[in-house]
Amino acid sequence: MRGNGPKSAIVAALCWALLPVTATYAENLAVRNCNWCHGGSAQGYTPAPRLAGQRSQYLEQQLGYFHARTRDNPFSRQYMWGAAAALTPQSARQLALYFSSLQPKAANDGVPDLAPLGERIYQEGMPDANIVACVVCHGPNAEGVGQIPRLGGLAYSYLKRRLAQWAEGYHAAAGPPMPDIASKLSPNQIEALASYLSFVK
Amino acid sequence: MSAAWSESVRPLKKAFWSCSPTGGEGRMMLPKHRAHETIRRRSALFVAILTIVLAGGGWGQYAIAASSPDVQAKLSYCKDCHGPSAQGYRGYFPIPRLAGQQPAYLENQLRAFIERRRTNNIMFNVAHSLSPSMLSALAADFHALNPPPIGGAPQRLVATGKKIFQDGMPENNIAACAACHGPGATGSGEIPRLAGQLYPYVIKELTNWGKERGQNPAKPDTSAIMSPVAHSLDQEQIEAVAAYVSTLK
Repeated sequence: MRGNGPKSAIVAALCWALLPVTATYAENLAVRNCNWCHGGSAQGYTPAPRLAGQRSQYLEQQLGYFHARTRDNPFSRQYMWGAAAALTPQSARQLALYFSSLQPKAANDGVPDLAPLGERIYQEGMPDANIVACVVCHGPNAEGVGQIPRLGGLAYSYLKRRLAQWAEGYHAAAGPPMPDIASKLSPNQIEALASYLSFVK
Repeated sequence: MSAAWSESVRPLKKAFWSCSPTGGEGRMMLPKHRAHETIRRRSALFVAILTIVLAGGGWGQYAIAASSPDVQAKLSYCKDCHGPSAQGYRGYFPIPRLAGQQPAYLENQLRAFIERRRTNNIMFNVAHSLSPSMLSALAADFHALNPPPIGGAPQRLVATGKKIFQDGMPENNIAACAACHGPGATGSGEIPRLAGQLYPYVIKELTNWGKERGQNPAKPDTSAIMSPVAHSLDQEQIEAVAAYVSTLK
């Protein structure tokens, strides 16, 4: 054992030096706090959404909205207002960059029979009912861009609640367009969209 | 909230926007379309004259009012994507500014989607759900809006863009944009306003001109005027012009 000491120290030092930045950052206390609810690999754990693979600018913006208490649905008040209270803009950005760098996995937990309707609404919209096509902003694979979130593969229950909460008067952001868009959707259309998106990789 | 959308211009050639090979259907339906077109134009003219002549006599109720719930609902739908003041929006794809746009241009483009002269699957569906009178009401509303441009273009390109816009490039056979679009890029008739248009949208249109516009050989349209110009501009010049017009109020 004693003879292995220096060797182990050298190996450990080498490993430390070769570890990617994100791996060392994962040991950070702030990340571990997130993992309590969002899961060990940040894939989400109902009702906490997946953070892995989410757009970094979106995560950073949402942490700002939690910090400012703009995002105000019940779970946000209960958990995220406190979680974001002590964050600095710099630490929010670091967390956002870290979680966006993780590989996302699709939740695959929607209602398969509803997915075709959800796909139609997502890709084409319903012009006669004044429902816009989600694809224009969220992208062909629901991957999101910039501050527009990735929706593909998020959990059915999370997507369903988020879409319903806009019409209920809760805010996830300071401005348009989602409150108006989502409040035009019927409960069945919301379930269809949430189902479809849960299967998108 | 839009300040940080901007970091990158999305890739220009997405399958989503690319030409769909369904032009054949449009060609087969040509005679019917043309008949419809003539009838529609005549009825629109008739309604317009009636409205003017009989406005004082209580016929106003037969014209679609801009304040009608249907028009308001449709406007709100358009603005879900094009922005609350129709200032445009940077989604996954750039969504053009409609504010201040020439009504004749807007109406022609919406017809172009339906007639497959202009390729865009989303707008094809959207345009199909609009009646001619709805279309005119929407175009009039958008024309009256004038929010500030959303910005986001690289400032270093603006000066070059201004020169091309105002003087053209005679050595490359490129006329001054201002000659047709007006010195303030406000357009006229079927010639679109470019002032304040989104930087990535103008780039996409000029880059893909021949793949998006004038796609129905049986129905040649005014987009042909821009074809040689769009072809002759190189990518750097396109970006410069797009940057310049995106800053104009």
